[in-house]
Amino acid sequence: MAQKRRSIWVFGDYRNYFQNRVTLQLLSRATDLAKKIDAEVCATVFGHEVDEWVGEYIAHGASKVYVCDNPKLKYYSTDTYVALMERIVSQYGPEIILVGATSFGREFTPRLAKRLKTGLTADCVGLDINDEGLLVQTAPAFGGSLLTRIITPEKRPQMATVRPGVFQEIPHNYQAKGEIVNVPLPGDLPRDRVRLLSSERQPAREQKLGEAPVVVCGGRGMGSKARFKNLYELARVLGGEVGATRPVVYAKWADEDALVGQADRHISPKVLFSFGVSGAIQHTAGIKNAGFIIAVNKNPNAAMMKMADVAIVADASQVCTALIRELKKRIRT
Amino acid sequence: MLKMIVCMKQVPMVSDLPWDPVTGTLTRDAAEGMMNPACKHALEAALELKERHGGHITAITMGPPMAEEILREAIALGADRCLMVSDRKMAGADTLATSFTLARAIEIFCPDFDLILCGCHTSDSETAQVGPQLSEELNIPSIAVVEDLELHGNTLRVKRVSDNFLETLEMDLPGLVTVATGFHVPRYASMAGLHDAFREPGILTVGAHDLGVSESVVGLKGSATRIVDIFSPVAKKENIVLKGAPKKIVEELLDRFDDKIGSLIRKDLKAVG
Ligand SMILES: Cc1cc2nc3c(=O)[nH]c(=O)nc-3n(C[C@H](O)[C@H](O)[C@H](O)COP(=O)(O)OP(=O)(O)OC[C@H]3O[C@@H](n4cnc5c(N)ncnc54)[C@H](O)[C@@H]3O)c2cc1C
Ligand SMILES: Nc1ncnc2c1ncn2[C@@H]1O[C@H](COP(=O)(O)O)[C@@H](O)[C@H]1O
Repeated sequence: MAQKRRSIWVFGDYRNYFQNRVTLQLLSRATDLAKKIDAEVCATVFGHEVDEWVGEYIAHGASKVYVCDNPKLKYYSTDTYVALMERIVSQYGPEIILVGATSFGREFTPRLAKRLKTGLTADCVGLDINDEGLLVQTAPAFGGSLLTRIITPEKRPQMATVRPGVFQEIPHNYQAKGEIVNVPLPGDLPRDRVRLLSSERQPAREQKLGEAPVVVCGGRGMGSKARFKNLYELARVLGGEVGATRPVVYAKWADEDALVGQADRHISPKVLFSFGVSGAIQHTAGIKNAGFIIAVNKNPNAAMMKMADVAIVADASQVCTALIRELKKRIRT
Repeated sequence: MLKMIVCMKQVPMVSDLPWDPVTGTLTRDAAEGMMNPACKHALEAALELKERHGGHITAITMGPPMAEEILREAIALGADRCLMVSDRKMAGADTLATSFTLARAIEIFCPDFDLILCGCHTSDSETAQVGPQLSEELNIPSIAVVEDLELHGNTLRVKRVSDNFLETLEMDLPGLVTVATGFHVPRYASMAGLHDAFREPGILTVGAHDLGVSESVVGLKGSATRIVDIFSPVAKKENIVLKGAPKKIVEELLDRFDDKIGSLIRKDLKAVG
């Protein structure tokens, strides 16, 4: 019997396509990885009237797409998607499955991995193939201060969820050809135990922060909500926008909209001022494209300081106040 | 009566932890621990349900003996009972082995639960996988990262934001939720509560033997993943370090980088005079 070709699968997560192109990014990375283990790149698409996505994934590197198109799949459902995916994975036996670390991906994939009794690495920021042909998954640990490399030596498939924005998608090629494998919806799938009563798309957040040439970003080191407010004044003087870290958003010193780092919160300012930010990878993932970085932190060894072009060892709030004053003085003339 | 289980984990208070390069696992003995912040939110959600509907809360943790502290803290906050799953053989568990072990403990020691609440993720391993995997292992429905929880008879209705969608979902119990942070503000334990909790005699502690599981399915041996190494991601840039009085620093900054900053805001930032 001819040996079956190995495959790397990417779960097609299209629900939030316009904000989040992680599936395309994964197809791109899968294409590189596939060369190292001589595998083919496949995508899965579950849903109703999904031709558009099938075409999109082929144009972005999938050479085969497993499609299950059925009105019953109109809304994402973990119960159904896990059961369906388990069936086709068992049938086709992929070597690797990659899923975007979207809300859905982070809920669906752990359950799929458990069902398949295999390992899963969450929220990866790097993927590679080692000398033994194993998938090496790099994931953050300890608040992003460390990275861990993880493998799944024996169990198959090897599975990872991957943070959006880590990899670059390949430009689409509408000439690309791919095979489409239609998978019928099995009649005996168990009933959904979770009922979706309503689902409303939230208005897409404004992208002003994402495009601003000057961003003033504050972290917990600003000390208090009152002091954090000064960053808005600084941003006004500089004609920039304010960004924030997650603890700051949780503490309600800043709006959710200001969060920098996660998933769709990437910024690419020409100049970034960073005040009292430790530089956890979940945050710095969002500032990879920043040009000139000025960081203020009382701890000279903070990760953020090492990433900076100018590292200012001082109290964040005091520097903010002094900077506002000095800028106003100079700009007035 | 609503019977709830809250799964909680002790996590290190500091972020720079020593790890064992041989096994690739963390040597947790060295660091002081605290209740994982997200687990506090899960406990708070359980306490709020209990206040509204009555109920009984069992706090469960799997971890080294010192993790008992967080169970006592849970008692002080209002949990009714706790279960400590602890065994050297369970060390180094990945989420597959952790959820397997927790499921066995729940089946044996609190089989008649209605609702399991987990934190949405831990601050050390951050996988957000244990909750969903535990529901798989117990074959019950689950909903991840829920904000608002409402109980209507035997049905739990929740609200959450999933990707860009505001969703209302419901499921019949028994079921499992992982609780979003930032929605249920954790209460503080009263001094009296803490005092009582730490005076209370032994906490029920069970090991692999009590769960009837063999060594090969728990801990590192029962795990599908292996840590190859742990490293620090920081690549040091050649940078300029400024120190001193804020006013001096700021003047120096603007003098030296007038071109970079000034050109962007289209202002001449040269000092006057
Ligand atoms: C799944 C997941 C996703 C996440 N996503 C994101 C995300 O998208 N965005 C995000 O930002 N975070 C995210 N986080 C959280 C992230 O790991 C960090 O916890 C967070 O970025 C830290 O924020 P911080 O730097 O403000 O606070 P801290 O880490 O507490 O750092 C505060 C810094 O301020 C310094 N400091 C203290 N006082 C002063 C002072 N007076 N003057 C100057 N400096 C001072 C300290 O030295 C320290 O470096 C995520 C975490 C997880 C688990
Ligand atoms: N060792 C453990 N004991 C009990 N509960 C745990 C343990 N590990 C994880 N959990 C639960 O699973 C949640 C998510 O953890 P994690 O998957 O590690 O991010 C935690 O907030 C806990 O509710």
